[in-house]
Amino acid sequence: MANNSTSLEARKLELWYRNFQALRDISMAIPRNQITAIIGPSGCGKSSLLRCFNRMNDLIPGSRVKGEVLFDGRNIYAADVDPTEVRYRIGMVFQKPNPFPKSVFENVAFGPRVNGLADNLEEIVEHALQRAALWDEVKDRLHKSAMELSGGQQQRLCIARTLALEPEVILMDEPCSALDPVATLKIEDLMRTLAGEYSIVIVTHNMQQAARVSDMAAFMMMEQDRAGVLVEYGPTARLFTNPKDKRTEDYITGRFG
Amino acid sequence: MRNGSAFKRHLKLRKIKGGLFSTLFLGSTLVGTLVLIVLLADVLRDSAGWLDWQFLTSYPSRKPEEAGLLSAFFGSLWVMMFTALFSFPVGIGTAIYLEEYAPDNRLIRLIQMNISNLAGVPSIVYGLLGLSLFVQALALGRSILAGAMTLTLMSLPVIIIAAQEAIRSVPEAHRLGAFALGSTRWQVVRRIVLPSAFPGVLTGTILAMSRAIGEAAPIIAISALVYLTYIPTNPLDRFTVLPIQIFNWVSRPQEDFQHLAAAGIIVLLVVLLSMNAVAIFLRNRYQKRTEE
Amino acid sequence: MSGHRNTLKTTTGESAPSLGWVRKRPLEERLIKWALLVCALVSVFTTISIVVMLVVQAAGFFRQVSVLEFLTGTAWTPLFQPQNFGILPLVSGTLLTAGIAILVALPIGLASAIYLSEYAKDRVRRVLKPLLEILAGIPTVVYGYFALTFVTPLLRNIFPDMIVFNALSAGLVMGIMIIPMVSSLSEDAMIAVPRSLRNAAYGLGATRFEVATRVVMPAAISGVVAAFILALSRAIGETMIVAIAAGSTPKLTLNPLESIQTMTAYIVQVSLGETPHGTVEYYTIFAVGLLLFAMTLLMNLFGQWFVRRYREKY
Repeated sequence: MANNSTSLEARKLELWYRNFQALRDISMAIPRNQITAIIGPSGCGKSSLLRCFNRMNDLIPGSRVKGEVLFDGRNIYAADVDPTEVRYRIGMVFQKPNPFPKSVFENVAFGPRVNGLADNLEEIVEHALQRAALWDEVKDRLHKSAMELSGGQQQRLCIARTLALEPEVILMDEPCSALDPVATLKIEDLMRTLAGEYSIVIVTHNMQQAARVSDMAAFMMMEQDRAGVLVEYGPTARLFTNPKDKRTEDYITGRFG
Repeated sequence: MRNGSAFKRHLKLRKIKGGLFSTLFLGSTLVGTLVLIVLLADVLRDSAGWLDWQFLTSYPSRKPEEAGLLSAFFGSLWVMMFTALFSFPVGIGTAIYLEEYAPDNRLIRLIQMNISNLAGVPSIVYGLLGLSLFVQALALGRSILAGAMTLTLMSLPVIIIAAQEAIRSVPEAHRLGAFALGSTRWQVVRRIVLPSAFPGVLTGTILAMSRAIGEAAPIIAISALVYLTYIPTNPLDRFTVLPIQIFNWVSRPQEDFQHLAAAGIIVLLVVLLSMNAVAIFLRNRYQKRTEE
Repeated sequence: MSGHRNTLKTTTGESAPSLGWVRKRPLEERLIKWALLVCALVSVFTTISIVVMLVVQAAGFFRQVSVLEFLTGTAWTPLFQPQNFGILPLVSGTLLTAGIAILVALPIGLASAIYLSEYAKDRVRRVLKPLLEILAGIPTVVYGYFALTFVTPLLRNIFPDMIVFNALSAGLVMGIMIIPMVSSLSEDAMIAVPRSLRNAAYGLGATRFEVATRVVMPAAISGVVAAFILALSRAIGETMIVAIAAGSTPKLTLNPLESIQTMTAYIVQVSLGETPHGTVEYYTIFAVGLLLFAMTLLMNLFGQWFVRRYREKY
């Protein structure tokens, strides 16, 4: 099933937090160099699924994963795979901007430094900031604290921080939920620019945003026992205009959620 | 820019470094425990054969084989009783005032900061205060009462801070509920706040008492080294306490007195451990009751 | 919960009554409020009396010895002829033992704070933390005994010409004693670092060690500095360990193998000797106490200021 146009693929993925099953039987292929949106009512497990893609769930005590996530043809949950390497190649942007309490420069340089790519740091940092459309705004304050930036700038800094590692995939967990409409628009523009070179997976509670930015869309829901399942997955235009599943239709027409 | 094999080599190094340091961190955490074990083993070994009925029921003596800590044990008991009697009500009263009554102004914040600072004043300075204020100015002499009052001042900050934390953990909704039913502030404190804060306050007080019972420095300043061959019967009597008796024995060059010191340490540690056990027991019991 | 419901019920029962009853309440309420205020003032009174007592009693000393001589003199022999009243030997003894203690407690305390906050599973932490609390609860006279009868003989195997009473042994054991303090204050600061920062670093491919040392530690640094200052202040004020194991020979030296005397140990020495009230020898302990109090107070204020700084940041 996986071919050149697939970047990440979940196969029969299940996730538990101790005795609570958070995800059930998720299978989906994330296309390369496109934007995939995951939508659904809150608590349906969309963020949990996203965190399965770079093994961030490993950090939560009591979490267990069954099934596979294929990346580059390898299961990232195989015994010989190091989660550090997974996270190095699959970047993540979080819900609330979370810059380190360090300078702008040090924030972007953090990833290259820990991963041993410290040779031409200035170049890497400038390039990443340019890609994140932040360079012009911060080039004169590279060595000032990142905490002084506005919320939208901080979030673009977090994107630049991820780009500095040249990841193949960028996971975004509701990246605009803490931002105002103008800052949100800037991030969305940025995502569209980046889409040609990176595979982006975005979790969003905002259906308009999913419709605006994504190529593919997945709709998730909770079952009776609160486990998240994938209801429907397909091209965004099709999913929003002609949903195949009754539950998807109810959700996008605003009948619940 | 991407160089897979260099990254992999580097990752291996990082993993080794991480593994080494995590062992180092764990090792450091165990240093304390290790010393604790060595310390207890050392004291137990040194006291072997000296901790007997005769030791527990005799007065101090120049002859090590006849010496015991009876007067020090009862001295500690007397001092603790009065210290608890003074410091518990004052400590809890202060905490109630600061948490439930005090306005939020500069003066109150100053009092609060003052309390944290008092907790950091060296205990020997409290000894100097007790010597000048209680022994001399109030003319209580080198008495149980002077010692207890000194230890009270020393323990208060600890008790106040513990009690404040316990009071703060009572949900605001409980108070509002009671106020809404027309209760006065004191009724709210007595019937809502105190019952649920009580276990925390009690635990804090017992822990402060167990610290006070092990203190030697302030008592030395007040009472000096006395050679007591009677059990105090009056709060104005002279007294000695367990840590002072231990210090007295440690300070002597003869080997036999070191054994006496070790035996005294065992008694002191047993007293401390039982106090802590009582604190834990009470806390669990009350917690269960309030959570029902 | 049932207990609460009962209290609330009786409260409603009482508060529906005649006006006469309502009028009585405010007096009782006011009395209680005043009584509680008096309790709160005890701590204010304590501070004031410490300061007044130290200053007044130390004045008895400074009438006979100049402040300059006290603070800059390099010999301290108030109990012998010729009398010298230079505090520097006591200060150097104090700083020497406290310095050794910090050298032990800071790295070990910090490492265990990192372990407890970043590595340990809940179950492990529930075992280790009470053990550290026990360590913190051991009376200092017991540590003094341990230093003198166990650590010193051990060290004398390594340094054969070391004196029985020495700064090294007392300092090392004092270091062990303040590990729990350094560890718990630093751990508090590390736990206060938001999860989101750790997640950001993990998301960039950092290992646990890198997250701990490059993100958590720098973010918690003011708390760690506060722990350092407060622990140093505690070590400076510590009395029994040094009184038992460090000796009673005031000496201006930084050699840890020598016998020294600290400020606190000097106060103990004079207290034991029944020095007659009113003599200059007697007043020396208040002059030393005043300096000790000033040093620890400054450090505590500074330490608390640092603690507040990291609390405000997030």
